[in-house]
Amino acid sequence: MVQPSFKPGDRVAVRKAWPLGHIRTPHYIRGQVGSIERLCGSFPVPEELAQQRSGLPAQPLYRVRFLQREVWPDYRGGADDALEVEIFQHWLEPA
Amino acid sequence: MIERGHHDMGGLPAGKVERSEHDYVEWERRVDALMVLLSGIRGQKRMTVDELRKNVEAIGPDAYEQMSYYERWVTSITQTMIQRGVITTEELGRKMQEVQNRERDGAA
Repeated sequence: MVQPSFKPGDRVAVRKAWPLGHIRTPHYIRGQVGSIERLCGSFPVPEELAQQRSGLPAQPLYRVRFLQREVWPDYRGGADDALEVEIFQHWLEPA
Repeated sequence: MIERGHHDMGGLPAGKVERSEHDYVEWERRVDALMVLLSGIRGQKRMTVDELRKNVEAIGPDAYEQMSYYERWVTSITQTMIQRGVITTEELGRKMQEVQNRERDGAA
């Protein structure tokens, strides 16, 4: 199992990458900066499981919080409205 | 090269969300049950939900738009069974022909 390298409150950037294959990180969130809300646990990597491999070692999965107004340039809701996305550690970098 | 997968449409303009409940027809229930069994709830695990998603995402954009939810599932499950060698394309082709013939003869 890969050890968690982020803790709640840490600022993280989602990697800007568009590899082929089955990717759980949504297109719209790649390149965005948010903060770790919680560690959800560690799980086999879906990108590998999709290719008939074990997905091991398990990777930490986080719930990451983003501000809606930063994700959507034309967002008209509240300034503090947030969006939470579950993202694996290998898709995150310190920000 | 930056390329959004066709299925990965979060944030794109879309129509209204259909909020009413709807029932499933018999074949859709069967496809769902097939996936549960292949996932190894009992007996051998034949595929993962991640393979289901990968092969749903591999459906061409036009076909993806035309297919219903469970049509995508059954297409993906079939593709996965071929990839894993559970069935061969020849067996599949012969079986599809057999079913078509049965339908035709039954209707005559």
